[in-house]
Formats: sequence, C-alpha cells, structure tokens
Amino acid sequence: MHISDGTRLMLRIGTGITLAFIWIPLVVIGIYAFNESRSQAWPIEGLTTEWFSKAFDNPGVREAVWTSVQAGLGATALAMILGTLAALAVSRYRFFGRETISFLVILPIALPGIVTGMALNSTFTQVLNVDLTLFTIIVGHATFCIVVVYNNAVARLRRTGTSLEEASQDLGADGWQTFRHITLPSLRSALVAGALLAFALSFDEIIVTTFTAGSEQTLPIWIFTNYSRPNQLPIVNVVGLLLILISIIPVYLANRLTQDPTGTAAPGAGGAAAAASAH
Amino acid sequence: MGRRLTGFLWRHPRAQLGLLLSGPVGWLVIAYLGSLAVLFVASLWQLDDFSGEIVHDYGLQNFQELWETPVYRTIVGRTVAIAAAVTVTDAILAFPIAFYMAKVATPRVRALLVVAVLMPLWSSYLVKVYSWRIMLQESGIVNWLLEPFGLHGPGFGNVATWLVFSYLWLPFMVLPIYAGLERIPDSVLDASGDLGGKPWMTFRRVILPLALPAVVAGSIFTFSLTLGDYITPQLVSSTQFIGNVVYANVGIANNLPLAAAFATVPVAIMIVYLLIARRLGAFESL
Repeated sequence: MHISDGTRLMLRIGTGITLAFIWIPLVVIGIYAFNESRSQAWPIEGLTTEWFSKAFDNPGVREAVWTSVQAGLGATALAMILGTLAALAVSRYRFFGRETISFLVILPIALPGIVTGMALNSTFTQVLNVDLTLFTIIVGHATFCIVVVYNNAVARLRRTGTSLEEASQDLGADGWQTFRHITLPSLRSALVAGALLAFALSFDEIIVTTFTAGSEQTLPIWIFTNYSRPNQLPIVNVVGLLLILISIIPVYLANRLTQDPTGTAAPGAGGAAAAASAH
Repeated sequence: MGRRLTGFLWRHPRAQLGLLLSGPVGWLVIAYLGSLAVLFVASLWQLDDFSGEIVHDYGLQNFQELWETPVYRTIVGRTVAIAAAVTVTDAILAFPIAFYMAKVATPRVRALLVVAVLMPLWSSYLVKVYSWRIMLQESGIVNWLLEPFGLHGPGFGNVATWLVFSYLWLPFMVLPIYAGLERIPDSVLDASGDLGGKPWMTFRRVILPLALPAVVAGSIFTFSLTLGDYITPQLVSSTQFIGNVVYANVGIANNLPLAAAFATVPVAIMIVYLLIARRLGAFESL
C-alpha cells in the first residue's frame, strides 16, 4: 500500500508520542523506588536500594502481601473451576441461552467497579449478614476473574476442535477417560495462562476490594492508606514497583503460553474486554 | 459407582450439560445478578433520621434527594463531561499508533508494539495513578520539564483527572481501533489515493467511517471505566465524582441506601450508551 513520506513521518511521530505517554509513568515509579531521599521532589538526589530491605521488613507490607496472595490463590482456584466448566458447556454443547453465558461472564467487568463493589457489599452486609473478611474478598475477586479463565479456555477449545475427543470415544474410552486423557491435556497451557492472568488481576484489584474487604488490607489497599503519609512514601514506591512487576510477569508468561503458533491472531477488543477487569 | 455415573452421563448429554453449567451459572446468577438485584432493592430503602439505622421501607426518596440536590447534579455532570473528554482524547491519541500498527509496521515491529501497548494495560492500576501523583506534584517532574519554557503544570484538579484517566484507559482504545483498521483492505485505501484523494481526504471519507464502529467499541471502555472510578479523583484532585460519593456514603456517612441509589446512575448512563453504541454497529467490533 502506498503511503507518502510525509504521512509516514507524522504516523511515526504520533506513535512515538503515544508510546512515551504510555511508558514514562512506569519508568518514573521504577526510578523513585531507588530514590535516596525521603522527599519526592524531582530530580532525585541519589540512588539506593535500602528501601527494598525496609519494605521487606515492614510488618504492614508483609501482612498485606500475605493477604493478597491468599486472596489471589483463592479467587484463582474458584475462577479456574467455574471458568473451565462454563467454557466446556459453551463450546461442546448447543443449548438455549448459550450466547447469554458469554454475556453473563463478562458482565462483572463490563459494569463500573463501584457497581459490582456496591452490589456485593449490600448483599453481604444487608442480606446475608456476614462480616467482610478474606472470604468476601475472594468471592468478589472470583466473580470478575472467571472471565479470563473462560476466554482462554473457550479460545483453546475452539482451536482444537472435537475430532480427538471423538476418536477417543470411538476407541472405547468413556466420558471421564476422554476428559482426563484428551480434553484436559489439550487445555492445560490455556488454563495455566488463565490462572496467571486471574492471579495478576486479583493481586492488583482495588475498587471492588475496598467494598468487600472490611478491615483486611490487600497490597493495593495498603498503598491506598499509606500514600498520604510522607514517612511511608519511599516504601510505597518500592511496593509500587513490586506490584508492577508482579502484574506484568504473569501476563508475559501467559502470553507466551497461549501464543498462536502462526502468529496471525490479532488481539481485538475481546482482549481489551478481558483486561478491563484489571479495574 | 464412578463407572455407572459416567455411563449414565454418557447416555444423558443433557445431564452432563446440567452438571457443567450448574456451578458457573449458579455462581453468576445467584452471587452476581442476585447482588445486583439487592443493589436496586437497597436503593429504595431509607435511613432513619434519628437512629441512623436502615429501614426496609420502599420508596423513591433517595432518587428524589439525588435529583433535587444541586451538588449531586453537578457531580453527575462533571463525571459525564470528564468521561466524554477522556474518550475523545484517547481516540485522538490512539489513532496514529493503531494505524501505524495495522498498515505501516512490519510484522515484527507490529508484534513488539502490541506487547508495548498491552503490558502497561495489565500493570498495576493504582501504581499508575500514584506515579502521576508524584509527577504532577508541585516539585514533580512535570513542572521541572515545563519550567525552562516558563510554563507551569496543571497541578491537582480536573485537568489532572482528565489527563490521568486518558492515560489509564488509552490501551483500551488502541486495541479495538487497531483490530478495526486491520480489517480495512489496503486496496480500498489505494483506490481512494488513485482516484485523487489526498491523505486527509482519504482519512475523513474512507478510513474514519469504516473505523467508526471500532472507535465506538473502544469508547465503551473509556467511558464506562471513567464513570465508575473514585481512586483517581481522590489521588490527583480534590473534586468529587459519582464514585467518591458512593464510597463516602458506604464508609463514613454509612448511608447505604443513598449510595446504592447513586450507584445505579452509572448503570443507567451505560445502558443508554450501549444502546447508542449498538446502533452505530460497535458490538460487531467487540
């Protein structure tokens, strides 16, 4: 296709500006994590790694990390089971309301976070009369994590087709054997990818969490309660860098696991929809 | 026993299906849709003025209060206005990079750009806002950069909120527009050029109409996410958004019915928005 040199240059500049806009804040927080001074002024005065050990020894941070890990693991486990079951039903059966399932799965992330948070909060406190604890955090996170497991599993099931499963049945395997020896192995890497994404999502979530956490503190909530305390700021910066790394690494791994061998699949808004859950 | 069960399930595919669906559908319908229903019911409850207890009587007084209190109307107006501004900004910022990815870049560069846009999308939301807080503060990097030019940054306020929201949701706009532009055949653009269309003309008369559904699809995210946020306004401004009022009424003021009523406002706005988006063909681009 012909594109004039002028247009090409303009597009390059536009692309550069947008990329810089996207990446600069992440780089800045990375630099501040090594900031020697307690002051947050720019330019920073010197580099140090002492805040990393201070953050590591901080009891509040440790407790928050542990809460976040527990919530992430619990939500991921639940989302794995529910997402896989829904994906199997939608891709291997025809039934009334099949399209509704995809809509239902995506709804918790499509609606604004305060709506989901408020809805769960009203139900827990007014109808069920349960205390807001780690358990309620897990229920909330699992609800919006289902979609990433579901999306990954549906995409894989669509790509693998049913011929292997039919062959297995023809050779005399029953339904359970076929599931264990054929369906599950072909799903494995997609499920691992879904689990990594679900964990990253849960680890990072704050809006729904504040409505379902009660007095529990996850790592994002710890940041949210400490960003206004000047003394804690260096540690907040370190925790910030940590959170960025913990959410990026699983995404990178998940991307590697589900990569289309032909490299042709373009990520559409479906990918964006799944990622929208990060908020 | 196990064999008999699998045998039974093999003969009854409907039972298989029921077993598969009962968990996820049960969860989403009972735990999620049920909670949404509770939210709507709770918005009809009221607070006893004297005891501060929630009274389970039904009425529209919360909605009446929202409608009649000027400050709440201002807050809804501000939230919607910023959401619209953010959507327009993101569309403008997203177009060049999406077009470059779809039509100019080599496959290798394209793959790199997709990763470069996707990775920040997944990195911690809160930390990104916090980073902007550090950059926009009085002694921050923004003022440091602008000072040699005799300029001063926006500080904390509505401009900062607009800037940070635009930053946060930009990847949600880039990805659908990229996918939408990729579907436009090169031959259509070449034909426009061959027929004498200058680049700007081709953009306005050919590319934009064909890419519009994708832009609207992206705008669903930028709009909806802005409507439901309360963290960003709290970190980089002192003004209130719908989310802040909801959050304050659940926590400090302990007026859950009013918070529930206010939380239904973004839902109503989004329903209208989605209906318009469907008319513009955005759902096929999702």
